[in-house]
Amino acid sequence: MRRIVPLLCFAAFASVPLWLQDPYLLNALITTGIFIIGAMSMNLLLGFTGQLSLGHIAFFGIGAYVSALTSLGFDAEIFGGYRLVHAPYPPVAGFALAVVIAGLCGYLVGRLSFRVRGAYFVIVTISFAEVVRLIALNWVELTQGPLALTNIPSITIGLPGLGYLTLKTKLQNCYLVLTIAGIAYLLIYGLVHSHYGRAMRALMENETLAVSVGIDVTRALTLTAVISAAIAGAAGSLYAHYIRIIDPEVFAFISTVTMVIMVVSGGKGSLAGPVVGGVIFGLLPVFLRPIMAPEAQWIAYGLVLVAILFVLPRGIVPSLAPKLAFAFRLAKPKPVIASERTAEERP
Amino acid sequence: MATEDTVDQLLQHLVNTLVLGGTYALLGIGLTLIFGIMNVVNFTHGILYTFGAYMMFIVVHQFGLNFFLALPTAVVAGWLLGALIELTLLRPLRGSDIDTTMLVMIGAWIAMQSGALWIWGGVAKSIDNPFPEAPLVIGPVSVSWLRLFVLCAAGVLIVLTYSLINLTKLGKAMRATFQDSDTAALMGVNVSLIYTSTFAIGSALAAAGGALLGPVYVVFPQMGDLAAVKAFAIVILGGLGNITGAVIGGFILALAEELGAGYVSSGYRDAMGFLIIIAVLVFKPTGLFARAERVG
Repeated sequence: MRRIVPLLCFAAFASVPLWLQDPYLLNALITTGIFIIGAMSMNLLLGFTGQLSLGHIAFFGIGAYVSALTSLGFDAEIFGGYRLVHAPYPPVAGFALAVVIAGLCGYLVGRLSFRVRGAYFVIVTISFAEVVRLIALNWVELTQGPLALTNIPSITIGLPGLGYLTLKTKLQNCYLVLTIAGIAYLLIYGLVHSHYGRAMRALMENETLAVSVGIDVTRALTLTAVISAAIAGAAGSLYAHYIRIIDPEVFAFISTVTMVIMVVSGGKGSLAGPVVGGVIFGLLPVFLRPIMAPEAQWIAYGLVLVAILFVLPRGIVPSLAPKLAFAFRLAKPKPVIASERTAEERP
Repeated sequence: MATEDTVDQLLQHLVNTLVLGGTYALLGIGLTLIFGIMNVVNFTHGILYTFGAYMMFIVVHQFGLNFFLALPTAVVAGWLLGALIELTLLRPLRGSDIDTTMLVMIGAWIAMQSGALWIWGGVAKSIDNPFPEAPLVIGPVSVSWLRLFVLCAAGVLIVLTYSLINLTKLGKAMRATFQDSDTAALMGVNVSLIYTSTFAIGSALAAAGGALLGPVYVVFPQMGDLAAVKAFAIVILGGLGNITGAVIGGFILALAEELGAGYVSSGYRDAMGFLIIIAVLVFKPTGLFARAERVG
């Protein structure tokens, strides 16, 4: 059951581009997929360590810029007249570098800011994202500032025996995003179910107790931050090579909020949560578009976030999964355990 | 002669700091009260700032009333909106964890900001003021009459808030709630009422900040975003719930911004607040003037 459902979902997502031809919907699907990867990485921090990173878009944006600049090449002055010149590399190298550098930034932010928790961590991460945005806006020589980096090449992958394939069409990008999302899901699944995952959970439940049994708090939190940031960086890189133009607006705070809404509505701390929330909120604008002005859509977004927190504070998946599991198990002869489980999971 | 120019320039920066710092202090006090007493990370603070500025615009331009009448109207409107937010969103969530209230406030902020965009549009608006165009020139520095008025008004509001907290019975109850809300409740303090009043007062101060700076700059729906982050920087700088700290923090931030814009690069002016936040939290997480022992 635990393994079949994600596999079925993956297969269902994989089949979508086969019967969906509308380019507008495919585009919405790809960007939603990219944001779901970002939301999954945020969930790793928020759901499994309890730290809300409201600057998460910084890692996404850093990934996008690193990847774009690596594949475009640049020539910029660093300090005191020293110039850094870089020739264009293949986009795959940009992707790899985006993951590494975003991960490094995650390490830095994690090391510096896990001394403070809760609200202060939130504010540090927001500040980090804003500083990065202002650098992207003002370091015109490197980033073109508000003029944006344009003509970012699409990702090219080498297939053994088949030569090189440039992923230009929406269909190809759809599968690329799906593949990376699958890898990210497996990575997070592995981490959460590992020794570190149990340490993280212990920390969230009772930090004093966790420390007393020898869990290294900073180490566990920093590792999580690094992986979370690296995944967000990968999502950013995908975004840059798919949209093929990025400007400092990728750092917009509202994008972080979109991810938060995806995670919180789907259910933080549940692996499926960000996917469910992401699909709902990523595709909602598509359906709201014909009936609502964009400003009204955002009003609806804000109100829906408030409503979800009031009605389903734990999110859709954790609230509904026990009921579904109950219904599923009623068909089988194991009702006692099922009812115990639902009773236990009620708040 | 070069040195004289440098001194003059520095003096001008200091005067600008004074004007800007007064309004920052207002924003900081409002937020530090709410953060300190209610333990709510108030993401609607920026939108109340915006709201104050728009109230000013409406009263002056749409109702055609006097500039000096518009100011108290904006403050009262901010007070009412704050009380409404507290009663509808925060009171039902009392006792839930800080993340939940924070996310609810983010939702409210997005809804209200988009509402402002919907109602008033994205075009920046300017507010007329009755002060003479020609600035007041004292020796090498010049300051516009409007900015001088802003500084005085901010000063009056700071003193009023200070007296409210330190001299009145309500202020005493607020301070008691800040120290220990359970004990305060046992001593007969109506904690719910204190929370509502605190949020309303904090909101009124944010609206006042917007109403004062609105005529100086321009009014647009996203103007509060940066203001909110600056307010957070001030609160962190000054220490949680520390009003004097917030006032000093407001002036420090204004000074950092003025000097940063004047001597480093004007593009990074707004980065100063964020850099201050990161630096303070990394090196001295309790704030510069805090009495609190532990953070987070």
